[in-house]
Amino acid sequence: MTTSRIGHIAYNTFREAVRDRVLYNLIFFALLLLASTPLFGKISIGLERIVLVNLGLTAVTIFGMLISIFIGIGLVSKEIDKKTLYTVLSRPVRRWEFILGKYFGLGLTLLVNTFFMAVGFLAALLYIAHGFQRSDVQLLGALYFIMLQFMVIIAITLLFSSFSSPMLSALFAFGYFVIGNFAEELRGAANLLDGVSRAIVLGISYLVPNFTAMNVISQVAHSEGITGALLLQNSLYAIFYSAAALSAAILIFENRDLK
Amino acid sequence: MSAIEISNLAKTYQVGFFRKTEKAALKNLTLEVHEGEIFGYLGPNGAGKTTTLKLLMGLMFPTAGTASILGRPISDPQVKRSIGFLPEQPYFYDYLTARELLEYYASLSDVPAKERSSRAQRMLDRVGLGGAANTQLRKFSKGMLQRAGIAQAIIHDPKIVFLDEPMSGLDPIGRREVRDLIQELNDEGKTVFFSTHILSDAETLCDRVAVLNRGELQGVGVVADLLAETVGKREVIWEGASTALDALGTKVKIVGDIARTVIDDRQADAAIDAIRHAGGRLKSLMPVQGALEDYFLKHTEPGAGAEVKSE
Amino acid sequence: MSATAAILRNSVTRISAVILVFTLGASAWLAYRLDVSRPEVPSQEVLYLQTPRAVKIISLGYTGLAACIYWTRAVQYFGEKNVAKSKRFDLLQPLLDLTVSLDPHMVPAYEFGAIFLAQAPPYGAGMPDAAVKFVERGIHDNPTDWRLYYHLGFIQYIERHDYKAAADAFTRASDVAGHPAWMNAMPALMSQRAGDIETARVLWTRMYENAENEAMRKNAYLRLVALHVDDDVIHLEALTATYQQRTGNYPVGWREMIAAGLLKGVPVDPSGEPYRLAANGKVVVEDPARFPFITKGIPSGQKAAQTVTDESEKLLKNH
Repeated sequence: MTTSRIGHIAYNTFREAVRDRVLYNLIFFALLLLASTPLFGKISIGLERIVLVNLGLTAVTIFGMLISIFIGIGLVSKEIDKKTLYTVLSRPVRRWEFILGKYFGLGLTLLVNTFFMAVGFLAALLYIAHGFQRSDVQLLGALYFIMLQFMVIIAITLLFSSFSSPMLSALFAFGYFVIGNFAEELRGAANLLDGVSRAIVLGISYLVPNFTAMNVISQVAHSEGITGALLLQNSLYAIFYSAAALSAAILIFENRDLK
Repeated sequence: MSAIEISNLAKTYQVGFFRKTEKAALKNLTLEVHEGEIFGYLGPNGAGKTTTLKLLMGLMFPTAGTASILGRPISDPQVKRSIGFLPEQPYFYDYLTARELLEYYASLSDVPAKERSSRAQRMLDRVGLGGAANTQLRKFSKGMLQRAGIAQAIIHDPKIVFLDEPMSGLDPIGRREVRDLIQELNDEGKTVFFSTHILSDAETLCDRVAVLNRGELQGVGVVADLLAETVGKREVIWEGASTALDALGTKVKIVGDIARTVIDDRQADAAIDAIRHAGGRLKSLMPVQGALEDYFLKHTEPGAGAEVKSE
Repeated sequence: MSATAAILRNSVTRISAVILVFTLGASAWLAYRLDVSRPEVPSQEVLYLQTPRAVKIISLGYTGLAACIYWTRAVQYFGEKNVAKSKRFDLLQPLLDLTVSLDPHMVPAYEFGAIFLAQAPPYGAGMPDAAVKFVERGIHDNPTDWRLYYHLGFIQYIERHDYKAAADAFTRASDVAGHPAWMNAMPALMSQRAGDIETARVLWTRMYENAENEAMRKNAYLRLVALHVDDDVIHLEALTATYQQRTGNYPVGWREMIAAGLLKGVPVDPSGEPYRLAANGKVVVEDPARFPFITKGIPSGQKAAQTVTDESEKLLKNH
């Protein structure tokens, strides 16, 4: 029963997203950008493929991140504002089921979006390269890592939206995304400090999401392989980090008075 | 077994961000609702009605006290199978059609998959939305939304239905329809607990009512009992000779030729005589209607409404 | 709230708290593992404009300005990589190539490339052959600049240990007008004392005196300090050996050596810290992190600094 309720909430969340115009605007821009990447490729002679892979996958990341945040921030607060949450929670739905349902629903949305953006990207690649090569399998690995990043971002967005307003949640989540991409630099900076401040910065650098390791765009642009170990570690990392963010969201949400 | 049992329930909010002060939204509420009755929960805006409902629905957690529904504590998830809830002024998922909305709610209430669509259709027919089943809720009027709201509250055939201000914001026809629906639900044996600040609705529908003001219970009882305190007044309306009843010392309202005042039952004969003597023409002499209103005003009067903020 | 309510509410809360602690710990640990195990990512290491032609088009003919931009990028790139203790300097050569393609007369770029393309990581790209080619290209475009010949000889001597080629380059340098007087002695030095610490010291000293680029000056200074340390250690270890021959035992402390008349005082390293006596007459520095490039006097189990550390910064400030 629990799983079926989570499934229904997830499906309804997905349904809400696909019936939202914001989503289509974002996807439209993403595809537009992907369609124009061959033009960027032309500028740098002999580099089309590398530039296309870099620009294309970066575009997929950024647009997916925007979709995650823009849809994610409203997930909980909108249900409170419209009092729909009251009608949900007055049923045999537990609060944690609601949070998980929202998470999987948004995850499904992102999966479908990423799929379409990936198709657009691969079409652009096919257009300039006139065919695929064996190493292009690596691109799928990069896309998988991008999807993992989305799953983490969604969990974080959900965490913020479980206690703060949509605007603040958006700011928090976006800040988190940026910090997550600089986690490694943060560690580098920590090594230049000493004593307590070093410990604090180092601690923070390990607690913010480590997106650097999931960003293999420039590697695959140079047709470098993704190791099985990296695949495994990144997958585990995304699962653990999402679980941490979700359990924090549940912890907050379970005890919250819905005024 | 009582449908709802509330004992010493209290809720205190923290108000303000920097300097926190406490505001008691609900103080020490003890109340019992019997199975099969229509129970009216009355009070001005901000009296604590919605707070009570949110506590019962588990949307908020009480500061003190307990409550149980059908013998189970409200925190027991099993409770949720036998209750339906319509919040105040709901909007619902406006991207769904009425049918999708009801099927979604049915699935959340663990209604078996094969029954969902037939039940949704039946509920929509019942609340008069059968023709709008495939219309997205964003195109619904307020009255239609309210009816869809009632349909979602009963889709899983609950034993108790909680309605928060079900008639507010509706036109007279809409109110009438909702009233009839509540009566029907009760006829089927469901317990209905609804909050309102509109007295006439409560008066026509309720077996018993509770009156709440500023978080405190003012009185509970059968409507007729509560009214006993205030009966014995009559409204006199007459034409011409507007000063005829000045001797009784009551406040007279004059509009054009017509004068109007409220007098004690005992003074009725004297008043008729006085109007006749003065050459006036008696138009009406009726027992005061809306006596619940008097009760209500009496118990919520001191400053009520004016400074109580909305919840 | 009833007792059951409290428990029910708490069970979810409690479970999620446990999951939170576990998963947060696990993800921090994984982040650490990823940091350690992951091969270094050439992150964002893409030169969108790789050919000088493309850059010339984009820069609308302001090739000098474009050259400056790429030169700055090359220096920054090297600095970042060095701080990150990097083992890969993939973009250093393309950036320098672009710089000199845009402005073939940018001698500092050739000088910079000569040293930092040649030196082994993390002090450079570890590409001495590419460095030689790069400087030859500079000489081709700037045949009248003696410093480029000097750098060529330098790479040949220090990095490639090709003393003949080094002598040849220094000879060419002394043929160019405007060369300093000391250059005349260099070819002879190559043929007479090749492989000597003293020769290396002379080369680095000249490098230090003539460097216009701050990174090159620092590099030369730390090289000289390292040579000094290496020299000290060789000298001191010779003395402990003498002591052992005389007494049959290795000294336990400097005091015994002073008492034996082998030393006048406690020997100190360039940072002012006394050298330490290790087992079997070995002499080591107190803190190898202070001395990048040292090859001797490293305590067992430790490494010389992999890059310019805070400690070595202090040395630079004091000099």
